Amino acid sequence: MPAQPRSTAVPRAYAEPGKPVLQAEDLSRIIDRIAHQILEKTRGGQDLVLLGIPTRGEPLAARLAARIAAFADVEVGLGTLDITLYRDDLRSHAVRPLGRTVEPAGGIDGRLVVLVDDVLFSGRTVRAALAAITNLGRPSAVQLAVLIDRGHRELPIRADYVGKNLPTSVAQQVRVSLVETDGTDQVTIAGEPAELLDGTGERG
Amino acid sequence: MISNLLSAADLTGADARQILDSAEQMDAIQARQVKKLPALRGRTVVNLFFEDSTRTRSSFEIAGKWLSADVINVSAKGSSVSKGESLRDTALTVAALGVDALVVRHASSGAVQRIAGWVDCHVINAGDGTHEHPTQALLDAFTLRRRLGDLTGRHVVIVGDLTHSRVARSNVLLLTTLGARVSLVAPPTLMPAGVAGWGCGTSWDLDATLAGKLAGPVDAVMMLRVQRERMSGGYFPTEREYAVGYGLSPRRLDLLPEHAPVLHPGPMNRGLEISSTAADGPRSVVLDQVRAGVAVRMAVLYHVLAGSDQPSTAGLPAVELAGASL
Repeated sequence: MPAQPRSTAVPRAYAEPGKPVLQAEDLSRIIDRIAHQILEKTRGGQDLVLLGIPTRGEPLAARLAARIAAFADVEVGLGTLDITLYRDDLRSHAVRPLGRTVEPAGGIDGRLVVLVDDVLFSGRTVRAALAAITNLGRPSAVQLAVLIDRGHRELPIRADYVGKNLPTSVAQQVRVSLVETDGTDQVTIAGEPAELLDGTGERG
Repeated sequence: MISNLLSAADLTGADARQILDSAEQMDAIQARQVKKLPALRGRTVVNLFFEDSTRTRSSFEIAGKWLSADVINVSAKGSSVSKGESLRDTALTVAALGVDALVVRHASSGAVQRIAGWVDCHVINAGDGTHEHPTQALLDAFTLRRRLGDLTGRHVVIVGDLTHSRVARSNVLLLTTLGARVSLVAPPTLMPAGVAGWGCGTSWDLDATLAGKLAGPVDAVMMLRVQRERMSGGYFPTEREYAVGYGLSPRRLDLLPEHAPVLHPGPMNRGLEISSTAADGPRSVVLDQVRAGVAVRMAVLYHVLAGSDQPSTAGLPAVELAGASL
């Protein structure tokens, strides 16, 4: 690979607004690392199922599954779990369109489910996902993998696999872009750290 | 999105497509062991039926229950209506119990629209007289999309008792909204007055239409029930003559292209408007239509009821949400 300037992944408390905090090469390294960690923590990925949460958890889960399959000779179940109907804030917003739910071949009963999402924020999306999972079946265990953990949890939820911890202010927005959904791989932070919430902030 | 569903004309193309897309997701839930979603928890839906119905009422009831709403059925028989209460008083009384939505069927055209003007809650039309039946049109469109893909440019022929059919009117409105072309075929006595303004082709000749000689190749045909209970005589000489002229016989079935499905909103009069060969053949999607009923009504209840009570509150536009950091 030609020498590219290494991305200036920003370890500072508040990243500079608008500038990518992660670029394509960082993302692929992170996904490789999480794939290894999942294999490590699940004893070689036996009975493993990855469930991506739309929109961006879906391609992330697919990438993780591909990397896991490349590192170890295991069958990884892959599915998509839409959580719209399980949200606790349906009444406070305009009606949301539904995403698709694709049950992995073989279902999730007795298997180890790893939920995959792009950003972990309030934890409410994950709570909704846990409720959605109970309607699909009874996994042996559920773990959580996220690309970005930006803090500000409102529920007692933590991730088992974190791509990057990104300290942010509540007012900021973390934008994950993926080739599959946005045409490019990068993570940026929008908004000033001190900016006040304008009431439209979507938290999940 | 919509806060009431009174007419198929209330839906823009984008609304209708979103409801149909949601219905696809709802349909997948029917295959699950646990058919229960929490989306409408704490909402109360009353099925207010002033006219008999089996499939519409039970599918609305199942749809509401699978979305965790509390569903109560009120039928005119055995209610205060039989004691002489007026439509307005009945509607206001039920609405005053604190319901979130009324699903109303009435034998008089326009009754549901009147009720929507009186009550504060959401109102969904489950069929009013010979006027409209929008959820039937949605489930027909859902069934057609499953068979044909996107309906833009598709040609749908609707045949039969158009004068008395609320299904036909809602279907014409919805299918044209979705970009399809509609041709109506009926004997002159059953062609509704003012049909020229419906924006679709009309014909008295079923054979020529099905063969594609009048309005181009046919992509689907929908047979309507001859509503004997609304026939006060004189619309056609004998049932036999109607069956010969406008029934979907095996011979007429062969005029249709290979891909064209046969729809019927049910209940069917076999041997009158549809032959058993057509009703039970591989092209028949009659049972698919029934099956789609629950999923489509779940989607309608979700879109009418799930969101904020104040329409158009400041919030993110629904489509934008996917991009926000969840």
